[in-house]
Amino acid sequence: MTYDITLQTLVPALPEIVLALGAMAMLMLGVGLGERTSSVINGLCIGVLGLVFLFLISLPAGRHELFGGSFVVDDYARFLKVLVLIGAAGALLLSLDYLTLVNQQKFEYGALFLLSTLGMMMLISANDLIAAYLGLELMSLALYVVAAFDRSSARSTEAGVKYFVLGALSSGMLLYGASLIYGFTGTVSFTGIARATGEEASIGLVFGLVFLFVGFCFKISAVPFHMWTPDVYEGAPTPVTAFFAGAPKVAAIAVFVRATVVAFPGITQEWQQIVVFVSIASMALGAFAAIGQRNIKRLMAYSSIGHMGYALVGLAAGTAEGVQGVLVYMSIYVAMTLGTFAVILSMRRDGQPVETIADLAGMSRTHPTTAFFLAMLLFSLAGIPPLAGFFAKFYVFLAAIEAGLYLLAVIGVITSVVGAYYYLAIVKTMYFDAPAPAFEPMAGSLRFVLAVAGLINILFFAYPAPLLGAATAAAKSLF
Amino acid sequence: MTWPVLSVVTFLPLFGALFIMLAVRGNEGLARGTARWVALWTTLVTFALSLAMVWRFDASSPEFQFVEKQPWLLGLANYHMGVDGISLPFVILTTGLMPLCILASWTAIQTRVKEYMIAFLVLETLMVGTFSALDLVLFYLFFEGGLIPMFLIIGVWGGPRRVYASFKFFLYTLLGSVLMLLAIMAMYWDAGTTDIPTLLRHGFPATLQKWAWFAFFASFAVKMPMWPVHTWLPDAHVEAPTAGSVILAAILLKMGGYGFLRFSLPMFPAASYEFAPLIFALSVIAIIYTSLVALVQEDVKKLIAYSSVAHMGFVTMGIFAATTQGVAGGIFQMISHGIVSAALFLCVGVVYDRMHTREISFYGGLVNRMPLYAAIFMVFTLANVGLPGTSGFVGEFLALIGTFKVHAPVAALATIGVILSAAYALWLYRKMVFGTIKPAVAGIRDIGWREGIIFAPLVALTILFGVVPKPVLDMSAASVAQLLDRYNRAVAIVKAAEVAPEAPAKDIRTVSVTR
Repeated sequence: MTYDITLQTLVPALPEIVLALGAMAMLMLGVGLGERTSSVINGLCIGVLGLVFLFLISLPAGRHELFGGSFVVDDYARFLKVLVLIGAAGALLLSLDYLTLVNQQKFEYGALFLLSTLGMMMLISANDLIAAYLGLELMSLALYVVAAFDRSSARSTEAGVKYFVLGALSSGMLLYGASLIYGFTGTVSFTGIARATGEEASIGLVFGLVFLFVGFCFKISAVPFHMWTPDVYEGAPTPVTAFFAGAPKVAAIAVFVRATVVAFPGITQEWQQIVVFVSIASMALGAFAAIGQRNIKRLMAYSSIGHMGYALVGLAAGTAEGVQGVLVYMSIYVAMTLGTFAVILSMRRDGQPVETIADLAGMSRTHPTTAFFLAMLLFSLAGIPPLAGFFAKFYVFLAAIEAGLYLLAVIGVITSVVGAYYYLAIVKTMYFDAPAPAFEPMAGSLRFVLAVAGLINILFFAYPAPLLGAATAAAKSLF
Repeated sequence: MTWPVLSVVTFLPLFGALFIMLAVRGNEGLARGTARWVALWTTLVTFALSLAMVWRFDASSPEFQFVEKQPWLLGLANYHMGVDGISLPFVILTTGLMPLCILASWTAIQTRVKEYMIAFLVLETLMVGTFSALDLVLFYLFFEGGLIPMFLIIGVWGGPRRVYASFKFFLYTLLGSVLMLLAIMAMYWDAGTTDIPTLLRHGFPATLQKWAWFAFFASFAVKMPMWPVHTWLPDAHVEAPTAGSVILAAILLKMGGYGFLRFSLPMFPAASYEFAPLIFALSVIAIIYTSLVALVQEDVKKLIAYSSVAHMGFVTMGIFAATTQGVAGGIFQMISHGIVSAALFLCVGVVYDRMHTREISFYGGLVNRMPLYAAIFMVFTLANVGLPGTSGFVGEFLALIGTFKVHAPVAALATIGVILSAAYALWLYRKMVFGTIKPAVAGIRDIGWREGIIFAPLVALTILFGVVPKPVLDMSAASVAQLLDRYNRAVAIVKAAEVAPEAPAKDIRTVSVTR
């Protein structure tokens, strides 16, 4: 088969092209200008992301397919790409001040973020197994490097190596699964797989499905493929952790959902039980394992494992409502995570970052505004109304109830009560305990991210229609 | 109606809180004073506006009034507010008690006054919203949102075991409520809406009714609280600051009873009918058992907390008796208990502010130094016992009559609770107020003008409602009648199906005619 690729047909991929060129330009610029200008380059990278965003929203409406259908731009892709761009730009904003502080100014940092974001955007638009794999690898390779970015720190290097080894293993499994699926259906295209499968699942296809899911579950850190998460979260430089917690998860869950509902709509029975199990296991582990944590980055790792479990509740439903729930969940999750990490990054005494929960003691006295926002974010992560996190959980469970997954829903809400315990424990440390010495003043960029994330989180209930409307339209485009 | 009075009443406190948060600055002393005054005026204006609602409320109509409706969650749920004769009394109770709470905290709270006032004002918005929400999702939002400020109030300004108490309060209530949330979702998928007036007319299938009833029960029974899920209450009451205890006892507990009346009884009538014996059993156990527990308490607040559980037993019993007297008695008992228990906690607060202990044995002979206090305390003790002439009597009496009609043994057993309540309340009063004065409290002052202002309306209302209960009963009569009318029709269908599954239609008609 041959495809005519003219410049005209490439228009839907313009954001990706701009991003790729931008990343390369940043690298060239960095080489030319040297290390000293790295903070300028990081700033420029945010600009590039902004530019990509403008290109993205000015794309013609409707569904476009490129490269023989392996790259698709629909409402679903648009929604998630915006989300990924926000997550990446937010994490870059959080990095600006940190890099100066720890003397880790290297211009590759921003460029790697851009390349990883490019991978995510490819992943979100991927409509066949090969495109998905390419996007996944581009995203992950850049992530492995930034995880080990703090070269002088053994912990950071360990995090990078650990993430790389386990990531390579999971990629292998994913590839194995993809090849099985290809072998049993004769096609790699998601729509083609759906057509070839019909209502009957051969045992080989189910095997392939399982291995494919293993790869996806690893990327979103769902139980039982979550082992890397706490160590990598703790070891990686904190702004990198903030990045890990947001955008890559969005992209990975995007492809997870797309592959599942587009390629395997006929064999819901087969994959639903896997997703239900993974979801329950993630929610439960996220809730129980976080209780004993002392380090706030580790705690956030377990928290994110739990949150992925909740997002998967929506996927388990396998309906448009469920996908809408996943989208709403991920949007709110990104906002909550960025806000929380803005506070974690501001935890700094005598020029040194501190990371234990006990360091937050009495923060409501020493930094009342920051403490208030963090408390609201934590209540939101726990899913307490009227904060945004409640609506996130509301929509996924609503879909689960519609699909008749009562057990999943009941276990889910009960683990959310268990999970509330450790979020409350942080609020307790901030509000009930005697004050510890104050932190250094918060940098402007962190304040900005915290204020935006915090206000979105608190005021979401007053005007939820735009996000809900966009998520509904995005979810519909998959069905 | 030209302006949305109900929304203003609901959200005015929130704006007061915002004002304090953003505008009240300056040095510590000045900010404290300003925060107190802003909070007091906000709550007073809110109260005045809510009284204006009473003025314009048409008690002869069972329908929702002051209704407002705006699109909110894209067709899933609307911002739908309104009050009827069942919810309006609770709205007034809330707005009326708030200024008293602010006054009661005037000198007792000296640390983080700004945050304290913000928490109370936010809580007021959420409580009023809970009682006036006409959409299930909106209701849940207000209902659960109240946990956050109350958690902080107990945890930040509470007593020595405040961390334990606040966590227990939060997690206990949350666990009950999340199950209700799932039931709300199931109801949405069955009825296609979360609009309460629509759901009140919707007949849910029997299986869904049972599960949803249990889910709602899980939430409201914890909130109420009913035996055996009441154990968070004594802890929360003891550790909370005085005004926190007042709000807990007077209003937060009523959310449970309100929920039973608004949701369980009318929306799941068949399940309510079927599980009424369970409620009766739990209520009677609550009344007798917690009264006995109250008898052996050494802490004043704990004693009152257990007595609250016992009194709420009368409420659940009356509500699920589903007779006019029972339901009206349940509502009246809730309002009365809202006034009396609030006053009792304020009474404890008076001596606690002076002596900083709640040990019953620490006090004795207070009448010698505080005659006015002794008189006020006596009024509320007797109201708590349910002496005729006080508001406590009317509620208990109606609830007992209403239950007697349905299930005489239950009513008979519950009457034991009345005797026991006399025992512990009078015992408490004798220990603290009568006898020779203990040296430790020899220097105690009688209540001042600020405390006098707090108690005056409560004393007046306790006696007024005891003698003339008509205002409250009239306000809710039409709504109660409509509620029971629907309930009885639905139950008639169930009964008819039990007796003769093939011809249920005739029986419905006969029952609705006899009503």
